Amino acid sequence: MRRAATLFLTLSLGLLLALPAVAADTIRIGFNIPLTGDIPKVGESSKFAAEMLKEDINGAGGLEVGGKKYKLEFIYEDNEAKAESAVTAALKLIEKDEVLAIVGPNSSKQAVPAGQVCDDNGVVMISPWSTNPDTTRDRPWVFRAAFLDPFQGPVAVNFAVKTFNAKTAAVLYDLSNDYSKGLAEIFRDVFEKKMGAGSVVAFESHGTKDQDFSAQLTKIIAAKPDFIFVPDNYNQVALIVPQARKLGYKGEFMGSDAWGSAELMTLCGDDCKGLHFSTHYAAAGAKGATKEFIDRYKAKYGYVPDDVAALTWDATRVVLQGIQNAGKLTGKLRRDRKAIREGIAAIKSFDGITGSMKFDEQGDPVKCAVVVQISQTGKFEFKESVCPE
Amino acid sequence: MLASILQNIINALQWGSFYALIALGYTLVYGVLTLINFAHGDVFMVGAYIAFFVATFFLSTLGLPGWLVLALTIPATMILTSLVGVTLERVAYRPLRRKGANRLYVVITALMCGLILEHANLAILGASRKAFPPLIKETVYTVGGVSFTNLKIGVIVTAVLVFLFLQWVVTKTRVGMAMRAISYDKFAVPLMGIPMDNIIVATFVLGSGFAGLAGLLFAMSYPVLEPYMGALIGWKAFIAAVVGGIGDIRGAFLGGFLLGAVEIMVVAFFPSTFRDLIAFTVLLVILTLKPTGLFGVAKTTKI
Repeated sequence: MRRAATLFLTLSLGLLLALPAVAADTIRIGFNIPLTGDIPKVGESSKFAAEMLKEDINGAGGLEVGGKKYKLEFIYEDNEAKAESAVTAALKLIEKDEVLAIVGPNSSKQAVPAGQVCDDNGVVMISPWSTNPDTTRDRPWVFRAAFLDPFQGPVAVNFAVKTFNAKTAAVLYDLSNDYSKGLAEIFRDVFEKKMGAGSVVAFESHGTKDQDFSAQLTKIIAAKPDFIFVPDNYNQVALIVPQARKLGYKGEFMGSDAWGSAELMTLCGDDCKGLHFSTHYAAAGAKGATKEFIDRYKAKYGYVPDDVAALTWDATRVVLQGIQNAGKLTGKLRRDRKAIREGIAAIKSFDGITGSMKFDEQGDPVKCAVVVQISQTGKFEFKESVCPE
Repeated sequence: MLASILQNIINALQWGSFYALIALGYTLVYGVLTLINFAHGDVFMVGAYIAFFVATFFLSTLGLPGWLVLALTIPATMILTSLVGVTLERVAYRPLRRKGANRLYVVITALMCGLILEHANLAILGASRKAFPPLIKETVYTVGGVSFTNLKIGVIVTAVLVFLFLQWVVTKTRVGMAMRAISYDKFAVPLMGIPMDNIIVATFVLGSGFAGLAGLLFAMSYPVLEPYMGALIGWKAFIAAVVGGIGDIRGAFLGGFLLGAVEIMVVAFFPSTFRDLIAFTVLLVILTLKPTGLFGVAKTTKI
């Protein structure tokens, strides 16, 4: 009995190992995304957008590279929105699944460590959503589809100063999240440079698992800021904003792109209506290819795609473009991966649904940001577009 | 300055109420069984989810008004959550107790049960968060720069009432007397004709029922539910119970408020980055000075 079991196990293991060899005419791309954990909706959006793109291309017979059609195969690996799991997921995709390139992780907290793994292993990684500069800094194998926090920070500052007539600001951020902490610090520096030292009257932090922010908010409200900047994930925003209102705060908030999830309004409700945040694209009032993407996504999955969905679509298409630029695939993993890196680095400009982008020498796109306002019906409405000089 | 101190006291009372309510559950079970029920934080989470489903059922299916829904949700949540607690006792702890297993194994089993509850939730309901529907209209009252809502006051009052109720049960009723007897001598009690298993079940009913109530109030105050919401607050409430003197009801109650107050006050007067560091250093110092906790007495009857 035990021998039979061992034999069976060996056989099935052998079969598993043999699978990559069977599937020769496919292009395998890994997705390192948060399907569970703190921000599951982000992972879901990424997966849905990728599935839609895969169906498009496989439905048309596959991706043409060097005169030959290849079917796409996407592998979704859950990084649980944790830094350490993102590293494990990246290694699994690289070593076990032998993917040609990796899309994700989305949040900087995971993208910064996973980027190191991919760079060390010589595998192309493109993060759709990470905005922290460290993700791509000095890492020739790592790219991204989103703008950077050093660009987003000033966008938020300028918009708030102009729209709210703000002289002072307060910041509440997540200490254990690279994205939140980095953006909060950039915002503080830019704001103080513009409005004078001490104009950021409160700079408070919290932990990722925190649910009560009343002490921080009491401190912030006592400092009487003109608005509160909250560069936090949508799930925390949904707790922070209502709690501030219950502590008697009636002023403005300004948010960042991590607010832009399809789930923000179901969690936050009325308290978030009328607030502004900077993000990658505005779904309400979109035109052209962007509108087409939104309509198809909505018809297929039942809700308006958030920025992560749109950015994943763009990021994946950048990878496919890179593969096509590589000219041909040899089937030798290291060589192909290198060719894809060259292929992506050769892309000078790219027309995505989140706007057109050019890549600089770090692998970062130079693209515009938009500021959206949450309407009374809970839609993210275009308010202003800010482009880099 | 005064306004913000008063404001922080209210914040601390509300936040401490949750620690106190959960710590009471730890302390009850520990008092009777000398078992640290590490699954208790997750029972609290299950309570919040049960409250969510019960409330949405009453709201959407029957279309009842908010206050009536709340009135129905409170008993329903407490009963259903106490069933979860009793099930844990029946399935996991009682067989081990029957086999005379060392307490250490029961504690580890409790840890496992907590993980099972978390991941069962994740597997069944998925990773997406749930937004708890607003049951009552929250009104913000501002008196002299201090803001509070009717819900906050309700939470604090509930915590106090629960404490008084449990104190009464344990000191004045027959069940309470039996609980104290078991805690005093596990071996003599069955000989006296006291149905030990029934008393233990009653302990779990009380502990889990109030964890369910805490879950409901928590979901109303912080209306974003996720499978891991009980883990951290459960550990912290356990620490609060230990600092208060685990096994003692007054200890759990005061320990909970103490932890809430320390956490909030640290943020109010220090950079918020230091919150857990300073808060738990303070608790550590308390325990070093008084290892049995504030109300703890080494090796005697507790509860």
